[in-house]
Amino acid sequence: MRLFNLVGSYFLLLGKVFAKPEKKMIYYKLTVKEIEKLGLNSIIIVAIISAFMGAVITIQTAYNTENPFLPSYLIGLAARDSILLEFSSTIVGLILAGKVGSNIASEIGTMRVTQQIDALEVMGVNSASYLILPKIIATILFNPFLTMLSIVVGIIGGWSVGVFTGVVTTQEYINGIQYAFVPYYITYALIKTVVFAFLITTISAFQGYYVEGGSLEVGQASTRAVVASSVAILLFNLILTQLLLS
Amino acid sequence: MISVNHINKSFNDHSVLKDISATFEQGKTNLIIGQSGSGKTVLLKCLVGLFDVDDGDIFYEDVHFNKIGFKEKKEIRKKIGMLFQGGALFDSSTVEENVMFPLDMFTNMTFEEKLERVNSCLKKVNIINFNHLFPAEISGGMQKRVAIARAIALNPKFLFCDEPNSGLDPKTSILIDELIKEITEEYNITTIVNTHDMNSVMGIGDKIIFIYEGQKWWEGTKEDVLHSDNKEFNSFVFASALTRKIKGIL
Repeated sequence: MRLFNLVGSYFLLLGKVFAKPEKKMIYYKLTVKEIEKLGLNSIIIVAIISAFMGAVITIQTAYNTENPFLPSYLIGLAARDSILLEFSSTIVGLILAGKVGSNIASEIGTMRVTQQIDALEVMGVNSASYLILPKIIATILFNPFLTMLSIVVGIIGGWSVGVFTGVVTTQEYINGIQYAFVPYYITYALIKTVVFAFLITTISAFQGYYVEGGSLEVGQASTRAVVASSVAILLFNLILTQLLLS
Repeated sequence: MISVNHINKSFNDHSVLKDISATFEQGKTNLIIGQSGSGKTVLLKCLVGLFDVDDGDIFYEDVHFNKIGFKEKKEIRKKIGMLFQGGALFDSSTVEENVMFPLDMFTNMTFEEKLERVNSCLKKVNIINFNHLFPAEISGGMQKRVAIARAIALNPKFLFCDEPNSGLDPKTSILIDELIKEITEEYNITTIVNTHDMNSVMGIGDKIIFIYEGQKWWEGTKEDVLHSDNKEFNSFVFASALTRKIKGIL
């Protein structure tokens, strides 16, 4: 029953979020600010994690394909497909659920407990739309860029460590990356990214928007936001994979 | 003028407001007083529409506030200014941006016009040269004054103040009280103040409503306070040794 209640409240909140904005110019400015806060500030963490993950995938693939009957270009191929299909969309999504999700839940939750949201409502501002819509637009616009960045950095990370440790040559790695490439995989990764961005932002905002209490409850909401967003990402990853790749 | 007729409000099975009727007059500072937990804040939140009443009527002049739709309510809300207990200033915005916010949202003024209005509101509350500081960088009393400046930026017809003196020293409290009274009289607005500060009651209480356990227990002016024979009201007003001594002297 509680689950139905939560899902119902979530969709009611979405209804408020997508109401007609009061002043479009203000929403535009807010969206630009959110792109900086939620998107640009995530570039470094995404790049670092992607480089290391690309490197680890390459080394692990190399040590698991030491059989001389297996061609060396398989290392590049495995790195490409792992990064493209799963890592840069899903794993980066989970990382952003932790970073961006907790940020959104704690920001909105703090605004709730310090009555800033009440102040907006009393003024006649649609607080849900004002606070959440620019974040949704910002992440939906910017997260695909983070995914593309992650793909590029992950593949470069794999190549540089593979060549440095001697498990693969540059030519073999590039052959692997080019072998049987399916461009649709990029579309698939970007579709997943957009869906995950929406889930992370709305679920985290929902957790923050309905906080009651004080700073302790804001912390708890932040944790719930990360857990719920992560579970939703995993669930939708399964659904989207079945829908888009089957 | 705002009037409420027989309003009730409960949370789950707990009844917080019981059959409250009152009239809050224009151009006067109307005080709602009572102990912590008596239902003052719930009443104020019902008045501004943050809580829906279970039954009863709320009228803003002739407008039946709790029966109108979202759009009409929004229009009324543009005429409301509210000072929250903690100020409720936007943390990530400067003093200037906070006061400019309602102008940004609801007017088509140019930036220069808005800035002029912001500076005039800030001057009114005696905050000068702090435009570019953030709320965390100014004192609690100044935050309250900035919140008042934000509340009056759109020339409201109704001003609500939820415990404006909480957390302030007596001298700053008096300054805030005087400011609220001055604004009320100057702009001829309907002001409702939630408080349990006796200095406010005796200083600015044009009309006082005492709430006890969710019910209206007493109503009068600051002049009536000393002559009341209501037991619960007297035990609240004269709770401290100082107020009892003053009553004895008078």
